[in-house]
Amino acid sequence: MLVALLLLAPGCSRAPRADLVIYNGPEAETIDPHVLTGQPDGRIAGALFEGLTRFDPHTGRGVPGLAHSWEISSDGLRYTFHLRTNAAFSTGKPIRADDFVWSWRRAADPVTAADYSGFFFYVKGGQAIATGATNRLEELGIRAVDPWTVEVTLVNPTPFFPDLCAMRIMAVIPRATVEQFGDQWVRADPLPCSGPYQLESWRPNDRVRLKANPHYWDASSVGCARVDLLSGDSPTAALNLYLTGDVDFLIDKVVIPSELGDVLVRRPDFHSYAYLGTYFFRFNVTRKPFDDARVRRAIGLVVDRRRIVERITRMGEQPASALTPPGAGGYTPPEGLGHRALRATNAADYAAAMRAAVLEAQRLLAEAGYPEGKGFPPFSYMFNAGGGGGARQHENIGVEMQSGLREHLGLHMELRPVEWKTYLSELSQLNFDLARGSWIGDYQDPTTFLDCFLSASGNNRTGWRSTRYDTLLSDAAAEPESQKRMELLREAEAILTKEEAPIVAIYTYVGLFAYDPDRWEGIYKNLTGEHPIWAIRRREGGPTRSRNTAEIAPAPAP
Amino acid sequence: MISAAFLAVIILLALLVPWLSPYGTGQASDFQFSAPDRQHWFGTDVHGRDVFTRVFAGARISLLVGAVGTAVSLVIGVFWGMVAGYVGGRLDGVLMRAVDVLYSLPSIVFVIVLITTLEGHVKRWIGAWAPDWVPAARMLFLFTGLGAVSWLTMARIVRGQVLSLRTRPFVLASQSLGASHRRILLRHILPNVTGVVIVYLTLTVPAIILYESFLSYLGLGIQPPDASLGTLIAEGAAQINPLRVFWWLIVCPGAVLTFTLLALNFLGDGLRDALDPRDG
Amino acid sequence: MYFLRRLLFLLPLTLLIITLAFFLVRIAPGGPFDRERSPASPAVERALAERYHLNESLLSQYLRFLGLKWERQPDGSWKRASGGLITGDLGLSLKYRNHSVSDIIRQGLPVSLALGGTAFLFALGFGIPMGFYTAVRRGQTGDWMGSLVALVVLCVPGFVIGPVLILLLALKAGWFPVGLWGTASHGVLPMATLGLYFGGRVARLTREGMGQALQSEFVRTAQAKGVSAAGVLLRHALPLGLMPVVSYSGPMLADLLTGSFVVENIFQIPGIGVFMVNSSLSRDYTMVVGLVLLYALLLLLLNLGVDLAYSLLDPRVRHE
Repeated sequence: MLVALLLLAPGCSRAPRADLVIYNGPEAETIDPHVLTGQPDGRIAGALFEGLTRFDPHTGRGVPGLAHSWEISSDGLRYTFHLRTNAAFSTGKPIRADDFVWSWRRAADPVTAADYSGFFFYVKGGQAIATGATNRLEELGIRAVDPWTVEVTLVNPTPFFPDLCAMRIMAVIPRATVEQFGDQWVRADPLPCSGPYQLESWRPNDRVRLKANPHYWDASSVGCARVDLLSGDSPTAALNLYLTGDVDFLIDKVVIPSELGDVLVRRPDFHSYAYLGTYFFRFNVTRKPFDDARVRRAIGLVVDRRRIVERITRMGEQPASALTPPGAGGYTPPEGLGHRALRATNAADYAAAMRAAVLEAQRLLAEAGYPEGKGFPPFSYMFNAGGGGGARQHENIGVEMQSGLREHLGLHMELRPVEWKTYLSELSQLNFDLARGSWIGDYQDPTTFLDCFLSASGNNRTGWRSTRYDTLLSDAAAEPESQKRMELLREAEAILTKEEAPIVAIYTYVGLFAYDPDRWEGIYKNLTGEHPIWAIRRREGGPTRSRNTAEIAPAPAP
Repeated sequence: MISAAFLAVIILLALLVPWLSPYGTGQASDFQFSAPDRQHWFGTDVHGRDVFTRVFAGARISLLVGAVGTAVSLVIGVFWGMVAGYVGGRLDGVLMRAVDVLYSLPSIVFVIVLITTLEGHVKRWIGAWAPDWVPAARMLFLFTGLGAVSWLTMARIVRGQVLSLRTRPFVLASQSLGASHRRILLRHILPNVTGVVIVYLTLTVPAIILYESFLSYLGLGIQPPDASLGTLIAEGAAQINPLRVFWWLIVCPGAVLTFTLLALNFLGDGLRDALDPRDG
Repeated sequence: MYFLRRLLFLLPLTLLIITLAFFLVRIAPGGPFDRERSPASPAVERALAERYHLNESLLSQYLRFLGLKWERQPDGSWKRASGGLITGDLGLSLKYRNHSVSDIIRQGLPVSLALGGTAFLFALGFGIPMGFYTAVRRGQTGDWMGSLVALVVLCVPGFVIGPVLILLLALKAGWFPVGLWGTASHGVLPMATLGLYFGGRVARLTREGMGQALQSEFVRTAQAKGVSAAGVLLRHALPLGLMPVVSYSGPMLADLLTGSFVVENIFQIPGIGVFMVNSSLSRDYTMVVGLVLLYALLLLLLNLGVDLAYSLLDPRVRHE
């Protein structure tokens, strides 16, 4: 056995610890900012590459990045961005307007196969290019007026366009490197980076090491010179590493054990906040009897959201009746199914409201031809299982729904766990009865949620089509007046969540991250959970690294 | 024979408790996460379900999985290994290389493919003549799949034993006396590999049960709200943390599994001692 | 002679295995690029499929994988598509698109080898003496206690042992780090977690094998010849008694060396164990086939070694 220990000596890496160690989550699939889809990927690419705007650490909205200012034309369709004169890649090569033009064209080009190229639909010509209707990339509505000025032409007045410009797919990448190395340009060494950091090393399944980019226009604000982003799939391991001080920052709820969520949330170093995401379930409206809106509404009315949020998820999630979380760009969602119960302020009122909802549901079900659930075919609730804690929540929620449906409506719902890829495949082929769903917003505007249920959207996956809904959304897109636009969106959402109910919302997400506020600053709570790494810095005078994090006691129970 | 009695007690419990218990295995209540007390001997879980009932219902499933899977692995593995080891030469080569080939293939993909391609068909087929048995379809696949994976090592171990046995004096003597191969296999070789086989069987049962829990972890195992001991343990593993421990969620299923397997092992020992022929 | 023939068969056998794996993994539903968010347009989806040749027929993809695909060039000539197995190129991972399969294996394999190797030695170092002891003390208290330990260790899965060890020895006592990899102390807990389970199996198999060996006429002859008790045990009984363990060592070592998913997951170790499971689940076709190739080669070589060991341990075993 001693021999065994000696054998372990090789294979060591004794590099000094980075200034900041973040547990990032699963290994990044790619760090090409145009092509990536995962959140861990986005965090790395977001540190390496920047666009016209960047995310404000406080609000998560788009604020000046490589462009220091911009003007918007009176019809809201033309943006003129002014680039900083000191904008440069990490190799020292300056960044000019035609770098942006080339980058956006490359991202929109279907040959690049960027999943998020749908964002270019807001730009003139973007949809035609991305769908392959034209292969002339010059038709994209972006041009270089002069080396320091970029002009963008939009299809509709899009109030959240500056937020979109901060997204990874809009970042500027080094043309020469991409043309030389093709697809694998991110493995080039040196890799010219346009953002606050450059890539020092990347070991798959281990860590990504970043070092500060001296040529970044805001290099003086960058908090930590060296940052490690650990990749891994185990929330338990992440928590252990955090408790011993090996990791400074648990950046996402995904890397925190969900079974301990309710205990962790009460500690001063765990911070929860309203997050732009919703948990819901879908009906397959192409299958009987779910093609009948009354059946769907009945099932939606009976779901006990408060019970789910208080007994299963227990991290302070808000039960929801509408799809869009409140606060997205100043929008108030309409009231969906079951909203009356959610307005109750105490347990007695809630119970009374739920009883009324159950009666209404029973009435609807009887009207649809299944009094007391008689004659209703057995059906299943599909969800993805596997991967530990997070997926167990889906099962637990399913169990709650199952007992609720049986008790109140006499319906027999089976639980159908499948593994992830099978889940996705069944979902797109509409091979399910009910399926669990969730959506995280990309930007702070309700359309990021509502666009999913357009008839033509690939994210719809319910088989539901409504021309009224589609028309309302396209009217809203063309509407320049913000108040009227919100009204149109509310009307559309009311169809989605109250009248037709192809989906039923359960709760809005709560984000969670962990760091010691006595030692670190620069991390803020915002709706989209954007925590730009450059803003994180050591707090002056804070305690040095110690092993006490395990002893930080939870706050006393309320 | 204390172990036999112990095992019998556990099996009896596994059969009777879910029937006799005042709580159903899926019966939710408002008392989440309550520690063991007089009403709930093993406490309750996240849905307020009685853990005692669930543990023994789970034991029932685990024993079934273990039994069927092990039986499959026993039959195929022993036969395969005996033939390979005894005949030797080219046949041995072919049979053992086949084992190697099957062993190298990723079993998870195999299970996924099996479940996703065939489960639908089999469910419909069973649903046609015995609708109540449809939920068992998934379990059927599990048993078959698990058994199909574990016979490989059994075959290899048996073959190893047989290789050294076939040059023993008593075997050579039988051969020179003109005994048929079948007779030699059944009367001389088989009894002598019984020992190793039984031991390996007692190793296979926990391996199968644990593999099933690994599959559940990946979303391929027993479907909820049913749970096997392995699933309950996998869920309970989250309780091993420094912050908040609902100890009964891991200790109770874990203890039941450990005691059951211990009893099984000592039983196997006794069985082998009883069956083992003396050399000479 | 026998062993030379076995070595010759290694290559065609491996080819057979990876061919089976190649087609098996493509039968499973879902593809590597299925995501929660559907792609922006069918044109994008098509471009992605084309880039990784997923739109071609299975046979065409297979030939390309081997490096035996010829494509017609725009100027009318035929040229062999670059890369492929015969050039030693296992392709790009379909999930980790900025890394090649050989890249990932090259970085993770040494770690898994170190972890697996030490766990193997631990298992043997724990299991063989334990099995030996219980065999010699059969039926007495020593046997009961030793067997109990071995059995308990067998029945408790790695994802329970690991966290318990971490909780007690790392978090509470602080003797070892809770995870990551780099120094010898990082390796102790993972080695123990991985090795204990296999150690238990080895102990049981050794006990059985030793028990039989001690009763065989081979050993009794040596006793009759007057060889000392220790001599009997070590020189005659032990080699025979280890046969079952040796049979088991082949697959055991192959499993250990390719990393353990559970242990690498819990201890955050950058080996290839997690890839072996995750690549199947994420339908990373190239990764699955690359890892199967590695595993198959290891397994075939190790089993060859095991068969060699048979004839060394038991002189009566002859392979034709």
